[in-house]
Amino acid sequence: MNGKSFFVDLSKCTACRGCQVSCKQWKKLPAEKTVNTGSHQNPADLSFNTLKVVRFSERVDKGKVRWFFLPDQCRHCVEPPCKMASSVEGSILHDQATGAVVFTPLTAQEDFEIIRGACPYDIPRQDPVTKVMSKCDMCIDRVRAGMLPACVKTCPTGAMNFGDRDEMLKLAQKSLAGVKKKWPKAQLVNADDVRVIFLAVEEPEFYAKTLMAQASEQMRFATRRDLLAQLLRPVRSMTSV
Amino acid sequence: MTNHWIDFQNSDCILIMGSNPAENHPICWKWVTKAQERGSTVVHVDPRFTRTSAKADMHFMLRSGSDIAVLGGMINYILSNDLIFKDYVVNYTNASFLVSGKFGFKDGLFAGYDAQKRAYDKSNWAFEVDADGVPKKDPTLQDPRCVYQLLKKHYARYDLKKVAGISGMPKDDLVKLYKAYAATGKRDKAGTILYAMGWTQHTVGVQNIRAMCMIQLLLGNIGIAGGGVNALRGESNVQGSTDQGLLFHILPGYLPTPASALNSLAVYNEKNTPVSKDPKSANWWQNRPKYMASFLKSMWEETEPEQSYSWLPKIDPGGSGAYSWLALFDKMSKGQFKGFFAWGMNPACSGANANKTRKALANLDWMVNVNLFENETGWFWQGPDMDPKTIKTEVFFLPCAASIEKEGSITNSGRWMQWRYAGPSPYGESKPDGDIIAHLFKEIQALYKKEKGVLSEPILKATWNKTNKHGEFDPHATAKLINGAFLKDVTIGDKVYKKGEQVPSFAMLQADGSTTSGNWLYAGSYTDKNKAALRDTKQTSEQAAIGLFPNWSWCWPVNRRILYNRASCDPTGKPWNQAKAVVSWNAADKKWIGDVPDGPWAPEAKYPFIMTKEGFGQIFGPGLNDGPFPEYYEPLECPVSGHPFSKQLHNPTAIAFEGEDKAVCDPRYPFVCSTYRVTEHWQTGVLTRWLPWLIEAEPQMFCEISPELAKLRGIANGDKVTVSSLRGSLWAVAIVTPRLKPFKVQGQTLHQVGIPWHFGWIHPKDGGDSANLLSPSVGDPNTGIPETKAFMVNVRKA
Repeated sequence: MNGKSFFVDLSKCTACRGCQVSCKQWKKLPAEKTVNTGSHQNPADLSFNTLKVVRFSERVDKGKVRWFFLPDQCRHCVEPPCKMASSVEGSILHDQATGAVVFTPLTAQEDFEIIRGACPYDIPRQDPVTKVMSKCDMCIDRVRAGMLPACVKTCPTGAMNFGDRDEMLKLAQKSLAGVKKKWPKAQLVNADDVRVIFLAVEEPEFYAKTLMAQASEQMRFATRRDLLAQLLRPVRSMTSV
Repeated sequence: MTNHWIDFQNSDCILIMGSNPAENHPICWKWVTKAQERGSTVVHVDPRFTRTSAKADMHFMLRSGSDIAVLGGMINYILSNDLIFKDYVVNYTNASFLVSGKFGFKDGLFAGYDAQKRAYDKSNWAFEVDADGVPKKDPTLQDPRCVYQLLKKHYARYDLKKVAGISGMPKDDLVKLYKAYAATGKRDKAGTILYAMGWTQHTVGVQNIRAMCMIQLLLGNIGIAGGGVNALRGESNVQGSTDQGLLFHILPGYLPTPASALNSLAVYNEKNTPVSKDPKSANWWQNRPKYMASFLKSMWEETEPEQSYSWLPKIDPGGSGAYSWLALFDKMSKGQFKGFFAWGMNPACSGANANKTRKALANLDWMVNVNLFENETGWFWQGPDMDPKTIKTEVFFLPCAASIEKEGSITNSGRWMQWRYAGPSPYGESKPDGDIIAHLFKEIQALYKKEKGVLSEPILKATWNKTNKHGEFDPHATAKLINGAFLKDVTIGDKVYKKGEQVPSFAMLQADGSTTSGNWLYAGSYTDKNKAALRDTKQTSEQAAIGLFPNWSWCWPVNRRILYNRASCDPTGKPWNQAKAVVSWNAADKKWIGDVPDGPWAPEAKYPFIMTKEGFGQIFGPGLNDGPFPEYYEPLECPVSGHPFSKQLHNPTAIAFEGEDKAVCDPRYPFVCSTYRVTEHWQTGVLTRWLPWLIEAEPQMFCEISPELAKLRGIANGDKVTVSSLRGSLWAVAIVTPRLKPFKVQGQTLHQVGIPWHFGWIHPKDGGDSANLLSPSVGDPNTGIPETKAFMVNVRKA
């Protein structure tokens, strides 16, 4: 057993946002008060109450419009930097059976800037009042009961998949081979290092700056540079397949 | 749909035009994706670049309302390059039929136009018949009066230059589109069309679809796996509601609503039952009298059909111009009726020209509003520009159960009748619609019993108990009544059917009143078991090859999953494409295998298009109100003063109302506007605007505009803008996006904008109001559907 993984085939994602809504439904998370900001992406970003957000990105390439959709969420890193950066015992758990990375209410005692800064995908968010941090927990309650994560269960097109890591890696390779015929630049993003493996049909940054961990990424917080540089070593070595 | 959702996977080219399925039918995208994985080309033609375009292999932009130019150009391309599937066209379509010498076409008008009545005398569009009364044919397709030659002549005018000039779609794109789609005119290739309101909601709505039907016939794409003409219905059960006659012009099962002139059942039957003199034409509608009698017996079991026919409401001449939605609200605005049921609908937002509708509601004495939540219709008197003190309308709001709170069936776009069970109990005092109707009827019947009244018999004698169990509405009893039963012992062939037995299929229905069937198309759905509830994936290898799943739910008619499937074979019964055979003739056993065939006869015995009088697919369609061939006309509001195909600017038979101006080349309203939907909301949003997670994702009225138009008007992304038309104005948030582009039309730069129709003033308070405040009350002459996909507006910074 090598734990669980998601495989997200972005060539099949239509941004229907079924995953975004089903996540809130399963987690009983309240809706945010939003306004239209000139984009269909809403809420505009992840938050303490929005653990999954579909990012919309428009590009014009040689006069042709392209529209990229990214259902963004915690990647459940194989070696989670957030956990390495944590200083409170029990605030961030790494489930052995699934590989899920789970935040507990003890995250309220962590330094949020350190935890968020440690994440190469900029995922963790904090409740401004309780200071508790949140992010996707792989629907570990569902997974332990033999069910699929809510987002995967909802996905109508087959973009979101979930299962044993070995199987997901196999599926990812197989899908990549198929997609490459149409999109030669297609790639699996940081596949060796994360448990949410995205298949991007173009450069990952076309979807969002944070789709792929950047080896050259500058630290957000210079004062903690040394600490984080050390913590982030595994992330920096991440490469795309 | 002629086909069904799963069948998309079998297509070699999926043309998506007039719809946006990735957004509005998200589940179906699974099958589009599957087709793509199998090598299919997905082509999206739309005025905007949408989530569908993002997933399509090709995307081409056309100006909203110019579809017939583009499709006429495709017909011209297919014919000029001889890309038709000739065996199919000659054997199965009316291309070889000779048209009467009275038919003609001149400068945008077909023969028989009466300018006073704004209508055609369709007798000018008949076929020539021989001494036996059978249409004359020329299988060589050479006769200048044959449909093929008339078609060729009609569309020769639709050359690339003219089509590009009026549609704004560049010539290169047109050729790419035509080439990709015409490639399906081979015996082993299938092309399908997925359309929705983007085609129907025009003053040429029906003709948009007709044009595509003709292309499908020319390419041999009807009746085959991965082919067909597929309407993506906008509501989960809108197919079911149409089947059950929820429109003014039809009774359940597409039986015409009786006209007032037809004063007896015999006369009705004579008028509405087609007669074919060709023994090879199944002419299925010759059975209409059986279906009508069985329908009448389902309504009034104790009464002879001839008598109960006289109780049916009749309609006066005028068709959709007098009875459809637009006409209804026009009459309401003139105070021509006093009471109104707004049931599961929100006309204050959903109908074109919403200001007119909202004002009309104030002319009513009473309104019964059945819905889930507070809505702009039931609460119209509190709305913008309304003074509650001066409004007399008394509104009764009846809260109803949501779909998951009640049992029953829905029929999806693929004609699958699917049984659903109740989940949670209805909330609070809300009730399922069936219960509300049952209670209402009981009360009305009691009042008639007590107080008598004019024409009380139909109310008093209705066989209402057949929809009930222990006096309460019962969906199973109702489904059984819709299926139908024998009212006495009936012998058919060598089999005796006992009184009280459910009819096994519509083939057993009788014209003499010995059977009931609430809807002949659903005969066979609920017999000894409720077939809509079947959930068995078992299928034969032939069925599995194309994913027919005949044991999963039930499909009308007689569980036939692909209509006109006999046309998927050559005239000897051998499939055109063996790998994706729908049916095939087993000569040894003398029977068809695969799908349920369109009739059991041997291949040569009957023509495949059994629902047409002659048995042939209709390339020449003599039945519509605006012509036997689709012709190009501009929307009733448009940015040009002429078009290259004729001097007739608009559809001469379109529905319009006196005294309502239209913006034609009006400098005050220079931009083409279209309304549409987003994934996150449903219809007017009367349900979804109250769901926090959905309103979070699409919170406010927006207007999508191109960067070029934004620059012209000094609008930045996210700015509030005012969108206005001759009929009203509203605010919206500007989404400035390269997904919209200006069009080059007749050498001019034309801008198009788009707005969603999901919002309304009642909730959320900062959400905006209905897009239909802007749309005009003009409509298609056949269906009466309003033209909300192309009208003229102005956009400026608020």
